[in-house]
Amino acid sequence: MTVWQKLRPYGMVAPAIVIFSMFFIYPIFYMIYLSMFDWNFVSPTKTFVGLQNFRDLLAEPDFLKVLSNTTVYTALTVSLTTGLALLLALWLNRKSLFHGFVQGAVFSPHIISLVSISLLWSWLMDPEYGLLNWVIGLAGFDPLQWLSHPSTALVSLVLVAVWKGLGYNALVFIAGLQSIPAEIYEAAELDRSKPWTTFMKLTLPMLSPTIFFLVIINLIGSFQVFETIAIMTQGGPVNSTNTLVYYIYEYGFRYFKIGYASAAGVILLFIVGVLTIVYFKLLSRRVHYR
Amino acid sequence: MAKIELTNISKRFKDETVIDNLNLTIKDGSFTVLVGPSGCGKSTTLRMIAGLEKQSGGDILIDGKCVNDTPSGMRDVAMVFQNYALYPTMTVRGNIEFGLKNRGVAKSEREKLIKDISEIVGLTPHLDKKPQSLSGGQRQRVALARAMVKQPKVFILDEPLSNLDAKLRGQMRTELIQLHKRLGTTFVYVTHDQVEAMSMGDEIVVMNKGVIQQADSPMRLYHDPANLFTAEFIGTPAMNVMKRSELSGLDVPDGSAAGYVGFRPEQALIGAGPEVEGWVIDGEIMTRESLGSEQIYQIRSRMGVFFVKAFLAPLVSEDRVQVTIPCGQLYFFGADGERLRGIEARPLQPAAGGAKA
Repeated sequence: MTVWQKLRPYGMVAPAIVIFSMFFIYPIFYMIYLSMFDWNFVSPTKTFVGLQNFRDLLAEPDFLKVLSNTTVYTALTVSLTTGLALLLALWLNRKSLFHGFVQGAVFSPHIISLVSISLLWSWLMDPEYGLLNWVIGLAGFDPLQWLSHPSTALVSLVLVAVWKGLGYNALVFIAGLQSIPAEIYEAAELDRSKPWTTFMKLTLPMLSPTIFFLVIINLIGSFQVFETIAIMTQGGPVNSTNTLVYYIYEYGFRYFKIGYASAAGVILLFIVGVLTIVYFKLLSRRVHYR
Repeated sequence: MAKIELTNISKRFKDETVIDNLNLTIKDGSFTVLVGPSGCGKSTTLRMIAGLEKQSGGDILIDGKCVNDTPSGMRDVAMVFQNYALYPTMTVRGNIEFGLKNRGVAKSEREKLIKDISEIVGLTPHLDKKPQSLSGGQRQRVALARAMVKQPKVFILDEPLSNLDAKLRGQMRTELIQLHKRLGTTFVYVTHDQVEAMSMGDEIVVMNKGVIQQADSPMRLYHDPANLFTAEFIGTPAMNVMKRSELSGLDVPDGSAAGYVGFRPEQALIGAGPEVEGWVIDGEIMTRESLGSEQIYQIRSRMGVFFVKAFLAPLVSEDRVQVTIPCGQLYFFGADGERLRGIEARPLQPAAGGAKA
């Protein structure tokens, strides 16, 4: 082999490597580096503090509240989005004009900017003049405080996230359902399988790669929720909707405590990384790939 | 075991009528093959018997009972699909067991049945594997085992061998025939391959465009076709058919309605000489296919191209030949394709053919 032949593959992947390193690898390591300093973004000197930022973070009740908020938000969003999308997909998985229309309608939030969605839902959820409270009033119930009360604010944000994610998730599920050959259902019918048995023994296991994919995507997305919180609640009321990424943003770009914010970023990276690895290890064995 | 009767069956998909007024009786214990070109309605007929497709009109009776409103699982019918349709999420054992479980068969009974069946089809070492790790032939056996274990009244097989390679197909063909003998159950088998139909069926139903052309035993189908379609569909190469208006050297009685004359490639003799009496055609050999025991010649004559098949004869090396067809081996068809019987044609005797040779 000539030198050229040896080097050529490296040359081919070099552009990708350079871009990946500059925008993914370098920032991660720089964040880990910054997490061990006390710095305000502008001062020429960075003070090395070791692991002090992490100690401060974990001793801070607000931060622990942020962690629990994020966990609750993620658990609710992932389970509701995936579960409802599966039900919706089972219903939508047939060909008619009406089903096609519903599918398109449910999918449309996916392509709308989150900023618009946040503003829209802020209006809808307005306790005084919002459409939601008007509908609830018509049905004879007491109005809800939605985003203005600590007990309902986080769930309201979950509602928005589920509404936005449902169509995309359902679409992916429909694709998964349609990849199951019709003959398998016919064979099950001839085997006297009841609809519920068919669903549990055949449909669900054959959808497992789809479920696996969507849970991972939703999990990572929910852990990094930011836009809706920044626009709709700014973490309030009383810190009840403050989540990890919003917390990092506030400390980094409002209080300019870069080291502290980076430390929180490292923790987020750690959590998402561990979750992903655990999920892959635990569930990939039970996922059925054709 | 059961007889299947279809009376006045029709099937429409939206505006398109696939099958119109079809009547068919499938004999108890028979190996009936539905055969025809793709789109002829044979699979649709099969699926209606299985209950996977609802007929638009008419009655289906299995074992004397009308099953129009019986769901497919309750018809006592087992089906083998073209692409096997095995449950990919279950092991081989799970696949075979699924139907039994749904019927509430006890575990000990299930295990015994699975053991017996897997021995018959030779799957015992593979019971705990997933279908994905099996070969095509093994998957086919799982599909068969899954059908057999339910001990159905009727076996339905929808082109079960078309995904296998040629050698395995031949082997499975024999195994299916043996299986049918052993079980004695009614088999309904769909294929587009007339060779498969001829070799397996004891009753063959030839279909075209949703209409039954002929339902008969293989030998009668071959020797006594009811119409032009069956005549041309059964046999390899197909029957040679010539328009009456283009004939030469043959005298067809003027009064007859014959529109076409046909003869089987294997009935034509090359270079037979004057001792064989018959219709003599001059032609030029265009291609020779030698398969060892038999040779197939493509011959161009003034009436068009036709085929001649010879058995255990040396390959003919001349290019210009005389082909003799004994007059008793000619088939006559009306202009509408219906078979005409009792027509006696005579060779014209200017002896021109003989003089040329």
